[in-house]
Amino acid sequence: MDKIMKYLCALLDWIDARFPLTKLWNEHLAKYYAPKNFNFWYFFGSLALLVLVIQIVTGIWLTMNYKPSAEDAFASVEYIMRDVEWGWWMRYMHSTGSSAFFIVIYLHMFRALLYGSFKKPRELLWLTGMFIYLTLMGEAFFGYLLPWGQMSYWGAQVIISLFGAIPVIGDSLALWIRGDYVVSDVTLNRFFSFHVIAMPLVLLGLVFVHILALHEVGSNNPDGVEIKKKKDEHGIPLDGIPFHPYYTVKDIVGVVVFLIFFSMVVFYNPEMGGYFLEHNNFIPADPLKTPEHIAPVWYFTPYYAILRAIPSQVAGVFAMGLAVMLFFFLPWLDRSPVKSIRYRGWKYRLALTAFTISFLALGWLGMQVAIPTYTWLARVFSVIYFMFFVFMPFYTSTDNDKPVPERVRYP
Amino acid sequence: MHDGEIDRHRRRFLTTAATVVGGVGVAASSIPFISTMMPSAKTKAIGAPIEVDISDMKPGERKTVKWQGKPVWILRRSQENLNALSSLNTEVRDPDSSEEQQPPYAKNEYRSIKPEYLVVIGLCTHLGCSPSYVTAADQEDLGPDWKGGFFCPCHGSRFDLAGRVFKGVPAPANLVVPRYRFVTDTRILLGDDTGTG
Amino acid sequence: MATSGHQLSYHINVDTSDVESLQRGSRIFVNYCMGCHSASYMRYNRLGQDLGISEETLKANFMFGTDKPGNTMEIAMKSADALKFFGVAPPDLSVVARSRGADWLYTYFMTFYRDPSRPFGVNNLQFKDVAMPHVLWELQGFQKLVYKTVTHEDGTEMEVIESLEQESEGKMSPDEYKNTVYDLVNFLVYLAEPAKFKRQKIGIWVIVYLLSLLVLAYMLKQEYWKDVR
Repeated sequence: MDKIMKYLCALLDWIDARFPLTKLWNEHLAKYYAPKNFNFWYFFGSLALLVLVIQIVTGIWLTMNYKPSAEDAFASVEYIMRDVEWGWWMRYMHSTGSSAFFIVIYLHMFRALLYGSFKKPRELLWLTGMFIYLTLMGEAFFGYLLPWGQMSYWGAQVIISLFGAIPVIGDSLALWIRGDYVVSDVTLNRFFSFHVIAMPLVLLGLVFVHILALHEVGSNNPDGVEIKKKKDEHGIPLDGIPFHPYYTVKDIVGVVVFLIFFSMVVFYNPEMGGYFLEHNNFIPADPLKTPEHIAPVWYFTPYYAILRAIPSQVAGVFAMGLAVMLFFFLPWLDRSPVKSIRYRGWKYRLALTAFTISFLALGWLGMQVAIPTYTWLARVFSVIYFMFFVFMPFYTSTDNDKPVPERVRYP
Repeated sequence: MHDGEIDRHRRRFLTTAATVVGGVGVAASSIPFISTMMPSAKTKAIGAPIEVDISDMKPGERKTVKWQGKPVWILRRSQENLNALSSLNTEVRDPDSSEEQQPPYAKNEYRSIKPEYLVVIGLCTHLGCSPSYVTAADQEDLGPDWKGGFFCPCHGSRFDLAGRVFKGVPAPANLVVPRYRFVTDTRILLGDDTGTG
Repeated sequence: MATSGHQLSYHINVDTSDVESLQRGSRIFVNYCMGCHSASYMRYNRLGQDLGISEETLKANFMFGTDKPGNTMEIAMKSADALKFFGVAPPDLSVVARSRGADWLYTYFMTFYRDPSRPFGVNNLQFKDVAMPHVLWELQGFQKLVYKTVTHEDGTEMEVIESLEQESEGKMSPDEYKNTVYDLVNFLVYLAEPAKFKRQKIGIWVIVYLLSLLVLAYMLKQEYWKDVR
């Protein structure tokens, strides 16, 4: 035993002389000090990483049997579901994974809104996160065309048409994206390329940068206190604990709980009542016939509701784009000296509550058939949505924030 | 941190237990990834047994059919061909087919069910090229003693008309005889031998 | 007087573990549906394995002349011919239960009624002006619509569909027909996702495993976090 350990140590020394293995391990795990007061909301970063891995691995395996052509795509998905051993599992893991990705990312983003994780000095961390979110939206959009069902087809048609609404260049732009006069085999082929190569590469690069940025500034925490301000004689933050082993063992618990819920969907409810896999997407794409009711997948519906709420095409597309882009400006729109919701005044609490309700309501409305009442509701919630951002400099600078403690509260 | 209070034994036990149980899970989840890469139901269906009609074959004629994507040769040998086989026993590596390159019912002098008809997979046992059929008549450089057989263009391996490999060539073993049976006197079922001796 | 849409809809509790029902349903499907509809993602031998039907039975009762057990359930009818007969090409039914849902299919099979204005003399409450003839008519017989008049609060009268009434007898009693349709829909649900049974069987073990891992992971976390104060 001792001898084996001696050889392993020698091997490690050999590696360390050539590659910073121990250094990386220490900097990012064993001697990366994270605040000890992380709560429930702090699971979703590591979970997002887990889902990314699930998506990449199952994606690679799906690609082995999927055929990106208008002629074969739908049939190849059914081939995976029936003829390929465990193909159904691969496919359901991937389809459930895409929805899970957005659930986890939305909760991760909401955490940032709760505890002011986007605020100084984490502006770049937030921006890289937003780029991840945008890339993820692209990845999901490209991937959604691949099963080549009716919803795939008409969803892509509608979203590409949004680009067509851009003045002057719109039509040429839409034509350029499709490579054809309508969504076709050509479009499917290039979307496949984007989905399996371009977007995943960008995503991985951004995730790397995101984690690098995080480990440079250090994690925020539910109290919004900078733990680096109070250090002991060794320069270790008083309220910090090494990420490994404390947060690795804690995140494992989170991962297992997540996998339990995830497995319940994969094995018992992969369609999730038509929200994860839509009924109409089991009809092969038919360029001559639009399904009666089409809506994007649930994770896009808040923006879709904003689009529909506005009676002008150009303005609608603009508003929808703005609704996503405004998140980028949060670090500079928020003027409060306080990060965490725990010490914010009533104004931000109210604004965040109203915004959250609006986001969820818009998400629900975006899935419904647009009857006049719903359109009006969507308008009201859209206004609240934008007010959250537009008035942020005013209500955050005049809020009756509470004093922030010197140290984090634990437990 | 209070090192003094740590129950190291319990800690080590829990770490080991969680690692082992977690490791079992990781190992189990590799099963789908491995099985997905095995032949699918479609591939198996395409590779299902096929029937070949041999009623129109003349002596000396070879028929190539595709089964499981591989070339399978059916060769109708003349009496002369069959007689020549035993004379080659000293020149081939495995004259008695003692290596399991054929089903038991083809482990005989002719490596076939009916002496007349040779059924072999037309892939060289060296590195998988498909040899060409060279009769005694149309041979050019295979020597004056060539009694007909198969010659692999890739690395020059030679086989006789029973698919037996000659000595001194790179191929290590005789050509593979697939499972087959005669449905009628003139129909062969490739890939299925139920009811055959 | 105006007429309004129907209120008749049926609910079905499918049970794809009822192999006998699936076997009966598969026979109905092969004998009645596969004249025009294919199930081109389904293989005969998969059907045999999952429903416990022997290869001999498959060959004798399910497959067409030249089919092999590994073949998918294709049909001979060309879609061009079908287009001529029905005005639309009969869709492939492999995944129809996933796009339509079991209740829809059940209601569809239960609500064919006589309508002389239609090319095949029948219409359907679930799928208005459907191009498909009532293929199961010899089993069910024909139904006709029964209307009733409803007076609204504002005094306008409206004719609404009240029920469907048996007009002519079929080979089956209404109850037998209902059971047959149940079997058929049950089969269509199975057909749409043959792996469903397997995934549900595996799922429980995965979750049991994860729960036990959770216990260990939680104990491990608690043990380490004793350090943190």
